[in-house]
Amino acid sequence: MSIFLLLPVLVPFLTAVVTMLFWHERLIQRRVNVVGGIAFFVAALGLLALVWRDGIQATQIGNWPAPFGITLVADLFSAIMVVMAGLMGLVVAVYSLGSIDERREAFGYYPLLHTLLMGVSGAFLTGDMFNLYVWFEVMLIASFVLMALGGQRDQLEGALKYVTINLLSSALFLTSVGILYSVTGTLNMADLAHQISSGAVDSGLATVLAMMFLVAFGIKAGLFPLFFWLPASYHTPPIAITALFSGLLTKVGVYALVRVFTLIFVQDVDYTHTLLMVIAGLTMVTGVLGAVAQTEVRRLLSFHIISQIGYLLMGLGLFTELALTGVIVFMVHVIIAKSALFLVSGIVRQVAGSYDLKQLGGLYRTNAGLAALFFLPALALAGLPPFSGFWAKLTLVRAGLETEEYAIVAVSLVVSVLTLFSMTKIWAEAFWKDRPGQDEAFQPLLSPQRIALLGPVIVLAALTVILGLGAEPLIDLGTEAAAQLLNPSEYIQAVLGDVA
Amino acid sequence: MFVAVLAGFAAALIVPWLHGRVGDRSGWLVALVPLGLTIYLGTQLNGIANGETVGATSEWVPSLGVDLAFHLDGLSLLFALIITSIGTLVIIYGGGYLKGDPLLGRFYAYILIFMGAMLGVVLANNLITLFVFWELTSISSYLLIGFKHDKADSRQSALQALLVTGSGGLALLGGLVLLGHVAGTNTISALAAQGNLIRDDGLYGAILILVLLGAFTKSAQFPFHFWLPGAMAAPTPVSAYLHSATMVKAGIYLLARLQPVLGGTDAWQIALTGVGAATMTMGAFIAWRQTDLKRILAYSTVSALGMLVLLLGMGTEYAVKAAITLLLAHSLYKGALFLVAGSLDHETGTRDVALMGGLWRKMPWTGTAALVVAASMAGIVPLFGFISKEVFYKAAYDAPDAAAVLTGLVVFSSVLLVAAAGLVSLKPFLGTTGRTPQSPHEAPLSMTLGPLLLAGLSVGFGIVPGPVTDYVVKGATQAALNDTSAKVELVLWPGINTVLLLSFLTIIAGLGVYAGRKPLQRRVGWLDAGERIGPARAYRALLDGMLWLADRQTRILQNGYLRVYLITIVTVTTGLVGYTLLAQTDLDGALRSPDVRVYELLIAGVILAATLAVTQAQSRLAAVAALGTVGYGIALLYILFGAPDLAMTQFAIETLTVLLFVLVIYRLPRFGRISSPVVRVRDATIAISAGAMMTLLVLIVTADPARTGLTSYFAENSVTEAKGRNIVNVILVDFRALDTLGEIVVLAVAAAGVYSLLKLRPDREIRNRVSAPRSTVEMNAVSEDRIEDHITELTP
Repeated sequence: MSIFLLLPVLVPFLTAVVTMLFWHERLIQRRVNVVGGIAFFVAALGLLALVWRDGIQATQIGNWPAPFGITLVADLFSAIMVVMAGLMGLVVAVYSLGSIDERREAFGYYPLLHTLLMGVSGAFLTGDMFNLYVWFEVMLIASFVLMALGGQRDQLEGALKYVTINLLSSALFLTSVGILYSVTGTLNMADLAHQISSGAVDSGLATVLAMMFLVAFGIKAGLFPLFFWLPASYHTPPIAITALFSGLLTKVGVYALVRVFTLIFVQDVDYTHTLLMVIAGLTMVTGVLGAVAQTEVRRLLSFHIISQIGYLLMGLGLFTELALTGVIVFMVHVIIAKSALFLVSGIVRQVAGSYDLKQLGGLYRTNAGLAALFFLPALALAGLPPFSGFWAKLTLVRAGLETEEYAIVAVSLVVSVLTLFSMTKIWAEAFWKDRPGQDEAFQPLLSPQRIALLGPVIVLAALTVILGLGAEPLIDLGTEAAAQLLNPSEYIQAVLGDVA
Repeated sequence: MFVAVLAGFAAALIVPWLHGRVGDRSGWLVALVPLGLTIYLGTQLNGIANGETVGATSEWVPSLGVDLAFHLDGLSLLFALIITSIGTLVIIYGGGYLKGDPLLGRFYAYILIFMGAMLGVVLANNLITLFVFWELTSISSYLLIGFKHDKADSRQSALQALLVTGSGGLALLGGLVLLGHVAGTNTISALAAQGNLIRDDGLYGAILILVLLGAFTKSAQFPFHFWLPGAMAAPTPVSAYLHSATMVKAGIYLLARLQPVLGGTDAWQIALTGVGAATMTMGAFIAWRQTDLKRILAYSTVSALGMLVLLLGMGTEYAVKAAITLLLAHSLYKGALFLVAGSLDHETGTRDVALMGGLWRKMPWTGTAALVVAASMAGIVPLFGFISKEVFYKAAYDAPDAAAVLTGLVVFSSVLLVAAAGLVSLKPFLGTTGRTPQSPHEAPLSMTLGPLLLAGLSVGFGIVPGPVTDYVVKGATQAALNDTSAKVELVLWPGINTVLLLSFLTIIAGLGVYAGRKPLQRRVGWLDAGERIGPARAYRALLDGMLWLADRQTRILQNGYLRVYLITIVTVTTGLVGYTLLAQTDLDGALRSPDVRVYELLIAGVILAATLAVTQAQSRLAAVAALGTVGYGIALLYILFGAPDLAMTQFAIETLTVLLFVLVIYRLPRFGRISSPVVRVRDATIAISAGAMMTLLVLIVTADPARTGLTSYFAENSVTEAKGRNIVNVILVDFRALDTLGEIVVLAVAAAGVYSLLKLRPDREIRNRVSAPRSTVEMNAVSEDRIEDHITELTP
């Protein structure tokens, strides 16, 4: 039994417990929060290193053999996702120090933050369908409270829509798990994969169940036409929370989709994965058009999340090793770039007092550093070389052209022009144009806050450049991970031992 | 060679700092970078002229077949020399032109980044690496065009250039990836050998179209040319460098480079000659009718770019030679003319030639340079422009197809360009003194050096064409033809022949047009109507259309109504799952009459009736009670199926829920029906369809007995291994303890959350209120009232 599989769940859990115990000690909470964030990230890196060296890791909780107990399992894809969760956790934990108001801190912000991370981590690591549901619930409740915390009118409205639609998703997910259990008699993912691939379940029925999971996870992932909760709510909480959500929540949905549509539901790829590709195209287009229509930075970026999810789904739909490599590279890239943009816009708000493009302006002349911190991830997001997004896009485009799926490639390229367009919109309005009608000076960032806000953003922006200039290691890692995804036998073997 | 390409980028990182330290004269210092590169490239001249090539390769992203590979041959060397030498002059010039601008440091940085990117494009020996640098030129161009960032016009032009070249760039990406896929390699120098294979591939057409889209947008070919005049919003040194001498020639470079790979087919020939001829004619025809110096130059540049594409399209050995010669001549004279235009603008405060005249007396150096390079542009002996025009005419005259038409168009365009050359040189510098906003002085040395040097080269290359032919033109032509045996010679005086006669006539006619421009311009004024429906309009319409569509679709999709969202989601679920169910499964099993007992049916009936009652209830209390009945009914089913503990839980929950409801009911607004009958029918249809779909699914699933592999394991091991007699308990606390842990966390968070949400209420005037927009509306004002209602429901 490997402790490394447990740590990414345990560390944020303990952090949440400890911060909760110090409910009235704000300063202690802040420190524990950072220590916990670092520990989580380190634990995640440890797990990735282990999986990279020794292959897929699995552990049976309580030593009940699979498929009877609950299995935690980490292949490279899971481990990469956990590392991303660790990175986001740490970055947001630090950024929160400089941006979350004392009142929220006094009412359980940090425990909620780490509970959310625990849920995310659990979702990436579990090898059990019902247990995945439980982690989804943990995430949902933590994110709901985080979103509503502060109780402002727009927050409540957003949170209400968020929780209602997500509960619908949960209900559908639970129903699907129930039906799947009654058909296969198991909840263990590896066992499910084994049963469906060995023909124990009618293929048509499996496809029907696949559709149910597609909708349930599709809501979480923000696919067209299920994404409504996202633009309705993401612009309401403090920006640190939005950044965290944008980095992780929809990505858990995509993770789940990738997991079930590579491991379990591959009995009728022509039907399911073609459908995925169609949805991918529509998601990209509607998302980016939504972004183009916005004049508020957070809303604009929120719609972009959706558009980018389309790219991830495109890779899953193409379903080749190169395409899945693209999914993983894109995932890493988009988590970093998108959170960087959200966090930068938080700083812009701090400095210039608004998220509204109509009221912003003039930052280019006075705040060159801030402008660069926006510009680099923005280019990365638009998939321009030599930044991280380019390689992700290139991989997907190549995978699409090689499988002769020209339509989706064309759509993805057009969408990237529109992405660029909407990024230049922020750039031209917030940075280039003169600040309309306001003569008051920009608010300078004061010293401790400065480090807490700028540090994380610099790290993320630098990563979009580093992963662009030195893309090979990530693509290498992605290729290995994709190979594991396309060959589920290794996963099944790691969980169940020799079954066939 | 890596150093050569990366030097610009590295230098860009430190120049803003350097500029801050050095101050006004920093331009001379920064120019040392491109100057050094020019010298380095100069040392390669001899070797390249002897047919050698220089290469350097380092792995970059090998898993995608992308190497940091560079390759210097004659063609690359010609472009690289233009890039670095004009870069040197432009940086020096920019230091004078933008003296005192607080952002001058950034200007240097962008120019250097651009230069590095451009060098990357012409030196890259890998398709994807080429593309990386190609896009970098677009980005740096965006920043440079928008340099005067506080002007809306600059911002728009920058965006327009970025979108047009960026879209073309993405087409190019598709084309290059396909090309690499078909050829089996991304190495450019290895592609020529695969030429036949590529041209015979089924994807050749697609590759050609995509690559041409990339090249044509970048090189401002019709109908994508309109961004180039727009890009004149950039500071003039930028126009001189990017939009005349180098970046717009990246497309030409690409065509020349890929000519041995993609060229030689009818499609190639037709596309290039057609587009090239159209661009050439149109550019020339617009150029001479402008009065803004930079617009004259921009359109004449468009025309020249058209000529280059036309020549590459002809594809004969002679035509390629002519293209290379013209390209070199054009870079020299047009770069210089732009710099002159910048000086005029800088000194007189206007760019309108109508206001200028007699400036030669006040600005003799600038004026001399201007007259010389304009003569070169007009193709007057003994300048290099004359030679280039001679070979150009001869290439058109000897064209393999449609020689007469092409020659006619070429001469027509050249006549108009002679007039344009007159407009930018004779008009401002000779004649009577004009009325300019500022009284002009000679520009500083930094700003006269460039034009004078370029003018000197135009003269030198013209009088002694031998060295430049042997060292530069020959190598470039041979590389573009991929044929080291091609003979390349240039002479100043080829003797009297038809072409020379045409050339002579061109100049006479051109001067005639210049002299009689006013009546002539009026005569063709009606043609301006054509511009109003031109491609720039199409671009605007496309952009507006896209914005309209974006706005519209977002209003429809993200309309702010939670109920519409839910309806959509449920409908999609029903449709997707229902369709798959009907199409892919065998429904026989489901339709077999299931094995049910009477009292089960009875309970089901009660549940259904209660559900119906909820929808029809006239008061909230009744609805809650009916809901409770549904819950109790389900609990009864649990009992029947042997799960009494589950049933107990369910009873407790139902009771508590009803009680809680009753407690809060009096705080809710009055109960009323707000939906119309139509809406209710719609909702009922959706609900019933969803229910029917679920029922059908469950019937199909339960047609076969459930698999219960886990149950027997739990039963066997509960006591022996887990030491517990209540299997359900053992499952919860041992077999699946992790689930329980998760659920405990959920409950704890829910409890803490309720506490926090109740306690932490926004003060009426809290600080962060400033940030939140007052409106709670998600998308549009239409839904505002409803949402306000909603909110009041929540927070009494």
